[in-house]
This record gives sequence, C-alpha cells and structure tokens, in this order.
Amino acid sequence: MIGFPWLTVVTFAPLAGGVLLLAVPRTARNVLRWWALVVSLAVFGLSIGMLAQFHTGLAGYQLVEDVRWIPSLGVNYTMGIDGISLFMVLLTTFLTPIAVLASWNVEREPRAYFFAFLLLETATIGAFLALDLLLFFFFFEGLLFPMYLIVGGWGGRRRAYAAVKFFIYTMAGSAFLLLGILFLYFLAGSAIGHSTFDIRRLAAMPIATTTAHWLFLAFLAAFAVKVPLVPVHTWLPDAYAEAPVAGTLLLASVLAKVGAYGLIRFNLGLFPEAALYFRTLMLVLAVIAIVYGAIVAITQTDAKRLVAYSSVSHLGFVVLGTFALTLQSLSGGVLYMVNHGLSTGALFLVVGMLADRIGTRDIRRMGGLAARIPILAGVMLFFGLASIGLPGLNNFVSEFLVILGTFVTTKPYAVVAVTALVLSAIYFLWAYQRMMHGPPVIAGASDDGGGEGEEAAPEPSFAREDHRGPLRDLTAREYLIVVPLIAAILFLGLYPKPVLSRINPSAQRVVCVETIQAKRLQPGQCAGLPASAQGWTSYTPLSGSGG
Amino acid sequence: MGLIPYVPLIPLAAAVILLLTGKLWRGRSAGWLATAAIAASFALAVALLVKLDAMPAAHRELAHHVYEWITVGTFTVGVTFQADPLSIVMALTVTGIGSLIFLYSIGYMDGDERFPRYFAYLSLFVFFMLTLVLADNFLLLYVGWEGVGLCSYLLIGFWFERASAANAAKKAFIVTRIGDAAFLIGIVLVWTHFHTLEFAAVFAGAGSTAFTTRSATVIALLFLAGAAGKSAQLPLHTWLPDAMEGPTPVSALIHAATMVTAGVYLIVRSLPIIERSPDAMTTIAILGVVTSIYAGFSAIGQDDIKRVLAYSTISQVGLMIFAAGLGDPSAAIFLLVAHAFFKALLFLSAGSVIHGLHDEQDMMRMGGLRKAMPFTAVAWIIGALAIAGVPPLSGFFAKDEAVAAAGLLGRDGLWICGLIASFLTAVYMGRATFMVFFGAPRYEGEPHEPAPVMRVPMGVLAFGTLFAGLLGVSPTTGILPTYLGAPVFPSNAPSEFVLDTIAVVLALLGLGLAWFAYGSGRIDWVALRVRFAWVKRPLQRGLYVDDAYGLVLGDGGKLAAAALAAFDRSWVDGLVGLVAHATESLASVGRRLQTGLVRTYAAAFLLGAVCVLWFLVLRAT
Amino acid sequence: MKTPTEWYLIVSALLFTIGTVGVLVRRNALVIFMSIELQLNAVNLTLVAFSRQWGNLVGQVLAFFSMTVAAAEVVVGLAIIVALYRKRGTANVDDANLLRW
Repeated sequence: MIGFPWLTVVTFAPLAGGVLLLAVPRTARNVLRWWALVVSLAVFGLSIGMLAQFHTGLAGYQLVEDVRWIPSLGVNYTMGIDGISLFMVLLTTFLTPIAVLASWNVEREPRAYFFAFLLLETATIGAFLALDLLLFFFFFEGLLFPMYLIVGGWGGRRRAYAAVKFFIYTMAGSAFLLLGILFLYFLAGSAIGHSTFDIRRLAAMPIATTTAHWLFLAFLAAFAVKVPLVPVHTWLPDAYAEAPVAGTLLLASVLAKVGAYGLIRFNLGLFPEAALYFRTLMLVLAVIAIVYGAIVAITQTDAKRLVAYSSVSHLGFVVLGTFALTLQSLSGGVLYMVNHGLSTGALFLVVGMLADRIGTRDIRRMGGLAARIPILAGVMLFFGLASIGLPGLNNFVSEFLVILGTFVTTKPYAVVAVTALVLSAIYFLWAYQRMMHGPPVIAGASDDGGGEGEEAAPEPSFAREDHRGPLRDLTAREYLIVVPLIAAILFLGLYPKPVLSRINPSAQRVVCVETIQAKRLQPGQCAGLPASAQGWTSYTPLSGSGG
Repeated sequence: MGLIPYVPLIPLAAAVILLLTGKLWRGRSAGWLATAAIAASFALAVALLVKLDAMPAAHRELAHHVYEWITVGTFTVGVTFQADPLSIVMALTVTGIGSLIFLYSIGYMDGDERFPRYFAYLSLFVFFMLTLVLADNFLLLYVGWEGVGLCSYLLIGFWFERASAANAAKKAFIVTRIGDAAFLIGIVLVWTHFHTLEFAAVFAGAGSTAFTTRSATVIALLFLAGAAGKSAQLPLHTWLPDAMEGPTPVSALIHAATMVTAGVYLIVRSLPIIERSPDAMTTIAILGVVTSIYAGFSAIGQDDIKRVLAYSTISQVGLMIFAAGLGDPSAAIFLLVAHAFFKALLFLSAGSVIHGLHDEQDMMRMGGLRKAMPFTAVAWIIGALAIAGVPPLSGFFAKDEAVAAAGLLGRDGLWICGLIASFLTAVYMGRATFMVFFGAPRYEGEPHEPAPVMRVPMGVLAFGTLFAGLLGVSPTTGILPTYLGAPVFPSNAPSEFVLDTIAVVLALLGLGLAWFAYGSGRIDWVALRVRFAWVKRPLQRGLYVDDAYGLVLGDGGKLAAAALAAFDRSWVDGLVGLVAHATESLASVGRRLQTGLVRTYAAAFLLGAVCVLWFLVLRAT
Repeated sequence: MKTPTEWYLIVSALLFTIGTVGVLVRRNALVIFMSIELQLNAVNLTLVAFSRQWGNLVGQVLAFFSMTVAAAEVVVGLAIIVALYRKRGTANVDDANLLRW
C-alpha cells in the first residue's frame, strides 16, 4: 500500500502527545501548556506534510489505509482523504494550537484540560478521515467525551446543565445513526453477500427506495443535531455560551463541521436518491436555520450567545449549499465550512478576550470600548465583517458560491438566503456599536451586585489580569492568536484558488457521479467530466492481508 | 496595460501603511502621504486618458488581468481591471476631486487625535471606489461596491464617541446593504443568463433574442434597487442626511462626489442590459425624478447647513438617474462630473463656515457671513449659482442637459417634472445662501477664514465649477458626450435653445423667490417660519419617511425578533425540557419498586421462583 | 399399612407455607430466620417422605445436605444479625432500608 501512513499519524499524534502529557505532574502548568502547544503545532506540521502528499485534481480518496481490524465482524480500519475532508482536517490542526494559546492561563487542572483537547483533536480528525462506518461512529461518539469534560469541567456558571444537555442531545441523535449503520451492515450481508461497514462498497450497493429513505432519516437525525439544524439546535446556545473560550472555538469551528461533513459524505454519498427525495425538506430546513438563527441573534444580549446563533445561521448556508446539488453550491458549502470555522472561531476568541477584561459577556454593560482598546476593537470589527460576508474577506467567496449554486436550480431559497446579508449586518453592527461605540463606560461601574439574569454573570476567567482594573489592549500572546487568523481570512478571501482547486474535483464527483445515479440534475456541468474527476467509481476488493 | 492596477493599488498601499503604523506619523505627515498617493493615482489616470485618446474611438479599451480569483467548474471570475472612457472619466473624477479634498482634510482634521486613521480610511475608500469603476466584471465591481460601504461606515462613525454618529454609521451600512442584497441577486441572475460576469461578454450577449425582455426587466430592477441604496434614492435614501454626522470632507468626497454616484455608474455601465427593457428604463427615470422632487422639497425645510446639502445631493443624483433612465448616459455622467465639482465646493465651503464658527451647523445661528468670511462666501456663491443652473457655470450645462434630454425626446411629462426639480434646486440653494451669508448676523463669536491648505482646494474647485461646463456645451457635440457616446435625438425635437431658456428662466425665478423671501428684508421670514411650522416640520423630517421606517421596521422588527426569541426559548427549548421531564416522571414512577425493605425483596424472590417453576411445569407437560 | 405419602406432603406443604408467611410478614430478623428454618425443615420432610416412598436413600442423603447448608446459613445469618443489632440497636428488618429510593 502506501509508504508512510500519513492519515494514521496525523490522527493519533495528538493522542500520543496527550498520553505523554499525562506523565507530567499535574502542578507543572508551564511544562504542560508548552508541551500541549508543541504537540499541536507538530500535528499541524504533519498535516501540512499530508497536504503536500495530496494530489490536486483527483476526485477519489487518497492516501488510503486499509487494514483488517475485526475480521469476524467485517470491520476494517479504513482511512482516506479527499478534497472535502482535506481542509476539515487542516482546519482542526490549525485551530488546535490557537485553542491551546487561548487557554494559556487555565488555572484548574491543566493536565486534564490539555489532555482533553488533544483527545478531542484525535477524535475529530479521525471522524473526518474514517471510511469505515463503525470506525467513523467510534470517532463520532469519541469526540463527545472530551467535549463534555471541557464544558462541564471548565465552563461557566451553568456548565453542568449545558454539558449534560449537549451530551444527551447529541447522543440521542447518534442512537439513530448507530441503528442506521447496523442496518446497512446487515443489508450488505444479503445484498452483496458480504457484511461490511466500508462506505466505498456500501455506496456502490443497490438499496431499495423506502429503505434508503429511512436510512437517510436515521443518519440525518444524528447530523441534524450536530450541525445543528433548527429545531434541534437548542443545545447549542447553552453549550457554546458555557464552554470555556477554547472549547467554544472548537465546538463551533470543528465539531459542527463533523455534522455537516457527515451530511455530505454519508447522506449524499450513500443515499443519493433519498437525498433528491428529501431535497426540498433539507432546503427548507437550511433556509429556516439561516433566517431563524439570524433573527434570534438580533435579540441576544450575551455576546457569546449572539455569535452562537449567528453560527446557526451560517451553518444553514452550508446545508443549503449541500442540498442544492450543484457544483458551485457544494464547493461553496465546503469552502464555507472552512471559512466559518475561521471567522466565527475568531469572533468567539475576541469575545472571550473582551470577557476576560470586562468580567461580563453582557453587551448592555459595555460601551465605548473602541476608545480604550482600539486594536481589539479593530480586530473584532475585522472578524465581524468577515463573518457578515464583506467581499475581499473569506466568507464572501463561499457565500456567493452557495447563493449562485442554489439560485441556478432552486431560486426561492437563494432569494430568502440573501436576506441573511442584511440580518447579519443588523445583529453584528448593533452589538459592535453597543460594545465599542458611544461614550466610554467605566468597566464594572454598573455593578449593582445582582446580575441581570444568568447571561450577565461573569464566568470563571482565564485571564491573569484583574478584570476590574484598567483595560489593556492586546497582549503578545493574543497577537499570536489573532494574526494567523487574520492572515488566513485575508488569504482565503483574496486567493481561494488553491483551496477551491482541491475541493472542486471531489465536490464534482459527489454532485455528478453520485447523484447521477439517481437523476441527472445539471446535465451541462457534468458533461465532459475529466477522467480524474470520476474518482474511484470502480471498487477494488480487499486483499487478504492488510499491507 | 500594466499601469491600470496601480491606480487603485497606490492608495491601498497608503491605507495599509497608515493602518498598521498610524501612530508613528507625527503631525500632519500622514495626510501628506495619503494626498501624495491619491495624486499619484490621478497622474496615472491622466496618463491612461492620454493613452486611450490616442486609440481609435471604437476600440477604446485597455485591460489588465491581475489573477484568477475564483474558479469552480464553469464559474470563473478574475481580478481584471479595465480602462475605457466611462471608467477613466469616473476614475479622474474620484482621484481629482479626491486629491483636493484630501488636501482640505489636512487642514480640517488638524489636531484630531486619530488623524492618521482618518487618512487610512479615506485612502481605503479611494481604493475601493477605484476598484468599483475600473472593474471589468460584476463581481469585482461588487467588491468595490461593498468596500465603499464599509469605508462610509468607518468614516461616518469616525467620531464614534458620539452616539448619533455611531447610529448614523450603522444605519448607512444596513440600509445600503438592503440594496446590496438585491444587487447581488441581480448579479447571480446575470450569470444564470450569460454564464459569465465579464462586462464585455455580458453586454455582447444582451443584444441577442435569447435574452428576454422579462429577464432584462428583472435584472434592471434589481440593479436599480442596488443603485437606490448606494445612491440614496427613494426608498433607501434615509441614511444620507444622517450621514452628515461624519467630518465635512467625508461628506464632500463620499456623500457628494463619489460613493453616491456609484449607483449612477452602475446603471450607465449596465445600460446594454437595461435598455432591453423599456419598462425598466421608464421606472428608472420616474424614480429618479420623483426622488429629485421629494428631496428638493425636503431641502427647503432643513435648518442644518449640511442637511440642506445632503438632500440636495439626493436630488441631484436623482436627476442623474433620471437622465440615465431616459437613455442619455453622457448627460448623466456629465452631471455627475459637474456635480462632483460644485457639490464638493459647497461642502468644503460649508465646512469652512462650520470650522470658522467653531462647529456651528444651524443656519439660524448664521447670517451676514459674507462680510466676515468673504473668500468662503464667494466660493459658496459660485457653487450655489452653478447648482441652481445659472449660465455659463457648469451646472447650467450639465443639469439642464439632463432635464432637456427629456424634452428633446418628447417625453413632456417627465420634462416638466425635471423642471420642477430644477426650480426647487434654485429655491433651496437660494434660501440657504441668503440665510447664511446675507442679512443681519445671528452668530456668536469671531469667525475666521480657513487656513491656506483648505483654501487652495476650494479655489481649484471654484475654477472647475466655473469652467467645467466646457466639457459638454452641447449634448450632442460636446467633448464629454462625444467621448462617452452621444445620444441620438429625434429630428422633430424642440430646439435646445428654447429648452435651455425655459430652464434659465426657472432658475432665476427660483433664486428671485428665495431672495424675495430671505434676502430682500421685505418679509419677516423668521416669523413666517413659526407661522408655517405645520408646513416646515414635515419637510424638515423628510415627509416622515425615516420615522415611518423606524417605527415599522425598527420597532416592529425588534418586536418580531423578540417574539421569535421567546418562542425559541419557551417552545423549542421547552420541548427538550419536556422530554427531560417526561423521562424524570417515568423514572419516579419506576423507582417506587425500590422500597429498600427486605421483605419486599423476599416476596420478589418468591414470585420469581413460582414463575420459574410454573414455566418448567408447563414445559414438561 | 403404610401411611400414604400424600399425608406427609400435605404436612410438609403446610409447614412450608407457615414458614413462607413468616418470612414475608414478620419483622423481627430472628423470627424470619426461624421461619426460614421451618421452610428448610419442611423440605427435609418432603425429601424423607419420598425416600420412604421410593425405597432408596437418595432423599435422606439430600436431607443431610440440606441440614448442613441450613446450619451454615444460620451461622452466617446470625452473625450478620448480631452485627446489625450491635450497630443499629434494633433487630427490626424494616429499619434497614437505606437502599430505598
């Protein structure tokens, strides 16, 4: 097979680093956090190496590793990467060091904390790379535990409630996923004579229409909760708001993408005919998410919850792009996942920095900050503008592609989606103005003892500075966090070509090859498909030994 | 040609430098850097003009492809800048008037603690505006389009410690974004029809029969919505009067000369598409002239000198759009250029007055300033006469060419509306002039004339105002029309001379009326204001359009949003809570089995044993 | 004439029932134990009766086993009750309900 098992290394390197971390005494905070940073940066470096191995222009799975794991059950350890998952992995490895930097001043139990993050990184990367359904499920469930620990152990005032809600809600969806996976497994036993969890074989397998519809719904249940789609989204505001900043960063930027990725890889990839059948439903849900998330965001007074609801709105775009089923919309949707991870993640980080300084996330208790911390204000404006789709910054490219692709086949949805442009400007600029503009408010001056509801209460702070003291602009560490994000956002906004050129073939395969099996949607754009974009339509059976 | 990208890029470089190293620039040096950058762009634009002029008339186009921006399947957009007569004229206007305003700003903003930041934002604005006019495809134009909106936000809210400024900035961004959203859909529609976004290819395809009138109408109306937002036309005009919260040079540059004209540019540029739909053209013309009249009336009721000019801008841009909708793009652009001159001059003069009176903007507290500030007074009066349409100033040629186009085309209803708008222009400008510079002084303190660095640009603009009319003395044979493409009027059209005479008469009538009411001293206009407050108040509030929006969309919207949020909290989340409670109830029923008593367990043993025995017995039989 | 085996079985059943009711109804731990003993002895009686009926020693041997187990169980059980009594001061079985919901 392939020489160096890049995918396995990238997946398990964080875990290996985390295990070594456990050997360090729990009080040696400096060693712990530096080691965590080194490990996460090393993993990022490895993922760049993996990127270098990736062949642009190929649509199929690359760097595939296929090893017999539990032969009696037909479970294999199969990992593969294609244009869609490539940037998800890169996003994860890019954001984890930033998350470590953002958690630099964690006081309580740093060893457990950083181990949880590294474990989370392993599980998330594994989820993106797994080509075997059971393996995927293993990673999918696996990322719940560290997240639960992070939210529950180091979160805000209502962390216990948020953590439990998040865990149970997601797991309830996953129960249906497991049902679906097992059903497919046994179906494979009768349909192709060989029970398997390998999605490449399952994709090539014929499935009866009604069965496919139910399976689609089962898989949808899990991913809809994860993305999340309205109305199964209510775990999100609590979890995002109560998690520590780095936790929210990864929740929004990465974990949500596992759900969206699952929709593309499994719902579209395994059940294309059902995807077409449920297309209207999915488009409606996506559009509802876009508008609903934006409108509710307008009313939020907790900065973190505002960004959380805006996240719901943005992820609606991803789902819209996925189920509009044109090349532009799907590529745009995948690119949107990357862009959203960067811009919304950055916004959460900035809100965290603000909360550290002011002691509250309540927008109503802030005012006139731009005069006192101009650089932070400018940075926040930058990320906010990226988030609302200012051309020249990253989100615009993906947003436009999604709208374009959706409009080509289903006009009304695109038109409704465009209203998000105005709504997002409303909620962001309102919040920004309330926080940054106007006469300066003395931090803590309106501290009347009793908070205005739970959102207003200060959360355990990771900042060393006393947040009732003078406001300080960005520290060196915060520059280190912010500058790579700014650079990435600018780069993707001005020159998205390297990213798009790798996404396009795989996206084209999903749209043209896999949905062509069901019904030709856009005959024009699939004609003359280059051979390389056909990907791997022929499946080569497993050889006897793994190597 | 390789020169073209540098036109927008040099100001961008200045902007980036000033943003990153702002604090290092002492004194006024940041201003000089920015001015040098935009002046360099102007020089380059002139060079391009010369180059273009040397080319044969039919092929006047230079393009420079910088790089491929987005490619997904058949959808591909590149960053390509082009220079053709229309874009060069726009670029020259932006950089030329811009340079003068930058120079003025050095004096006006002297002493402000965020001086370098101001020039960074201004340079950034120039970059985006130039990208807008030099783009060769719709998406790149859109980049510039939204970019200027961003810079407008940053500059209106420059003094953000003032809540009113922050509010105005937010309002501007959001209202224009409504237009931008419609524009974006229009762009997407263009792609669905033509499978390209490049102007050349799109406009070539616009003539084909496959492109239906209905499609053209939809696209044209969407573009119009975008233009209405950016150029502050009805019904998306409410942000412009509030935008006067920004520094006066900003008002001069962005909200008079350049950004608000972006909508006009868009319509003129897209005429090949829009012309395919006569209904859309008529709608555009009607919207333009109705806005113009509405704004003219509103301007009469304003007391803030800048708000007069703001409504005046809305009115003049309305006339530009009116001309474009009539199918006379050269008249629209001519008015755009001339308007840039005299409106900038008027704003700079207003800024001079405000500065001289130590930030006083209420015209009721001015009066008789021509004695204390003669230079400013002369500059203002030149601008006022120009905008009123008094020959031989540029405004006469430009504005009346636009209005006369309607008459020449035989569309008398529209022509009369245009005349009304012109008449109103003369009235409100006259009123403002007499209130500020004539009559008994009502101001306090010692006004002073502006510094030389501010007076030079005013002088240059005055000169331009006086002589820019030479660019288009005749609508069919003038320099600008021949350069941009002159319209063809039917041969039975009334003579230009007659139309122009009527226009001049109306202008003089309007100025005379204003003089009679405010300048001659024969009418106690101060008392009249009070008596006719029931007329004045609605005019001042812009016929309450903005207030209506605030009520319906603002407060109504907040209510709707709050309702949805409450629904989300209690019902959607409540459902989840319901599940949790149901589980809990079920469990609390089930747990009663655990009595903790040994006897209960013993009874359970017994029951179980009996069941097992029964089963075994049954099986045996 | 041999007494019919059924009579032994009836007696044994009666004894067993009395013992069961005692286990279920009585609250004193010692009395419960006595009832358990009663149950065990009833079973012994049944075994011996059947041994007599079939004419082999199997039942009697089983009875021996039963008695041994009973003895062992009593030893352990009484030890627990004594320990419990020393801790709680009561032999009332209803008082040991910490595992209640």
